[in-house]
Amino acid sequence: MKIISSIRKHFSIYPEALLQGDAVTRLSFLVFGAGNFFRGQIVKGVLFLLIEIGFIYYMAIAGIQAFQGFFTLGTVEQGWAYDEKKGIEVMVAGDNSMLMLLYGIVSIIAIACFLVIWRMNLKSAYELQKITAAGGKAPTFRDEINMLSDKKAHITLLFLPVIGICVFTILPLIYMILVAFTNYDSTHQPPGRLFGWVGLQNFVTLLKTDSPLGASFWPILEWTIVWAIIATVTCFFAGIVLALWINSKIVKGKTFWRTMFVFSVAVPQFVSLLVMKTMLQPEGALNVHLRNIGLIEGSLPFLTNATWARATVIVINLWLGAPYTMLISTGILMNIPGELYEAAQIDGANGVTMFRKITFPYIIFVMSPYLITQFIGNVNNFNVIYLLTAGGPSTLDYYQAGKTDLLVTWLYKLTTGSKDYSFASVIGILVFMISAAVSLLTYRKTPSYNNEEGFQ
Amino acid sequence: MRTWESGKMKKKVRVVLSYLGLSVLSLIWIFPIFWVVLASFREERGSYTSYFFPKGYTINNYVRLLTENSQFHFLRWFGNTFLVAVCTCIISTTFVLSVSFVMSRLRFKMRKPMMNIAMILGMFPGFMSMIAVYYILKGIGISQSLLALILVYSGGSGAGFFVAKGFFDTIPKGIEEAAFLEGATKIQVFAKIVLPLSKPIAVYTVLTSFLGPWMDYIFSSVIMGDNYDNYTVALGLSKMLEREFITEYFTQFAAGCVLVSIPIAALFICLQKYYVEGIASGASKG
Repeated sequence: MKIISSIRKHFSIYPEALLQGDAVTRLSFLVFGAGNFFRGQIVKGVLFLLIEIGFIYYMAIAGIQAFQGFFTLGTVEQGWAYDEKKGIEVMVAGDNSMLMLLYGIVSIIAIACFLVIWRMNLKSAYELQKITAAGGKAPTFRDEINMLSDKKAHITLLFLPVIGICVFTILPLIYMILVAFTNYDSTHQPPGRLFGWVGLQNFVTLLKTDSPLGASFWPILEWTIVWAIIATVTCFFAGIVLALWINSKIVKGKTFWRTMFVFSVAVPQFVSLLVMKTMLQPEGALNVHLRNIGLIEGSLPFLTNATWARATVIVINLWLGAPYTMLISTGILMNIPGELYEAAQIDGANGVTMFRKITFPYIIFVMSPYLITQFIGNVNNFNVIYLLTAGGPSTLDYYQAGKTDLLVTWLYKLTTGSKDYSFASVIGILVFMISAAVSLLTYRKTPSYNNEEGFQ
Repeated sequence: MRTWESGKMKKKVRVVLSYLGLSVLSLIWIFPIFWVVLASFREERGSYTSYFFPKGYTINNYVRLLTENSQFHFLRWFGNTFLVAVCTCIISTTFVLSVSFVMSRLRFKMRKPMMNIAMILGMFPGFMSMIAVYYILKGIGISQSLLALILVYSGGSGAGFFVAKGFFDTIPKGIEEAAFLEGATKIQVFAKIVLPLSKPIAVYTVLTSFLGPWMDYIFSSVIMGDNYDNYTVALGLSKMLEREFITEYFTQFAAGCVLVSIPIAALFICLQKYYVEGIASGASKG
């Protein structure tokens, strides 16, 4: 209901300006900036007009074609045609669906911006009319510029960041989301071949268990979720145990011990992971040493057997992640009010009870948002898997994936390897849905979301 | 008396066990790092030796890594990464801090919708759209360049403002109101009052954005492709581990790892206090 009323409010400017506007305001419907120009805001009026002319020019030379291309995604396939002059067959370039989709999105964004500016222009004209009718004076261009550092400071500060987000995050994302509804896969590669809209077909293919993709999707999804849960929980508990251990009264030299563990966080992940990978090879350092000591006969298949590899990535992730939790929970442990423990001690509680009744609930309470972020981070944990096993050991059961592949590493392989962009996009959307569902279920309930001003 | 004695004994055992356990664990944690450092000084070639301590020590691996440029141009990669990291750091920090200030302090119509959009954007896997980004950069005509990499790392960084916003939310508003009464503009309040109070979060933002390019592997590999000259260290070093190079270059790889890790680890350990504060304030405030 709130949304509907705000939409109604948003659009009410059009009938108002049309019915109650004078000639100049009505002229602004067609000629941008007319209202500003005839009421003293010459610079602003000219700027509006320039935007309108620029837009019309763009639409005339490229925009309309790009907009149509968005729907067809190309009709002429690259091919051979007979050239009468040369008397031979020559290659004739066809449409490039990939570029047509991209330019089509750009043209739609341009149209959307045009509509927004149209409304801004109308609103500005209508408000100026009201100001002059009341006997006021229109703010000069200089006044408006000054407002940008105060009343409209948000526009100044957000301008560049928002443009950056639009170009480097939103535009590519819209593109890839749309690709999920096309057949842009390994058999439809522009410029040689065209691709077109196929609706929800990719989703069906991926979710149906009888296609090779579906037969890979479900087991990979299962492993992704198992991995995310185990990785999050193990790192969390190991980190807390470490933090409690180092923080306990009997341990001296806390900074020293902490630093020993923090090294694994401080060293760049790609370094430690690549080193681990070399160490864990069948003929790598670890196996050779274990054999020399006589503990094992043959090499252990750390990264070559599916079950071993899965266990290995979890253990290595623990090595990487536990110190991180330790660092963060150390600060939190110090904030637990000491009186709680004193009171418990008087009541005769021992260490274990105190941990169960005070420390643990407190940590869970404070760190639950962190746990959720970690869970989502692990669903998307590309580095550990890709740099360690590259998804392997590979298997013929899966399409383009190995036994330790997560959805995101599979997505990466589908994009950079087999160029099945459409399926990669579908997977991206599904990963988004998992993350969104998990966070919606939890974030919305935290007090920090509902009561932003609580601390101010 | 006896129970007191045995209690004391029990405590002693616990102390010893505590230290013993911690020592074993920290050995496990430090072992791979120690192993790389040893390998970087090893005289014998190869990705592993059948013994732990090298037979001969040398600094040749470092010398060759820094001087031989025919196959792997480490110094250049290091310079590339440093340049990209500094530029990314400046742009991202500016973006993130301004957006966080706006979202925390200023009230305007699009604020809630924009925050929701940023939250939604954050839930898509980051590299899902990298191919599209690649083609956009190609369209602009700067693919495979360092500028492209800087833009990729910093362009969309403004959306990651939640941690810093959480921090700004905890700064009391009273201080600014006094400034407003004296006629300061909002931008002045941001630059002269709020920023100086936000040292922990500023350090956190600088640190994370500076470290990003050193750690990233995915984007640099997609953007750079086969343009060796513009590789970053992460990409270049991982090339050394490819099958045809690993035996010859492993010790140099180890030397490279040590050279990259020292400044980063030092930076991280010096600034970990701020890092933890940043994370903690962001975590508890969402």
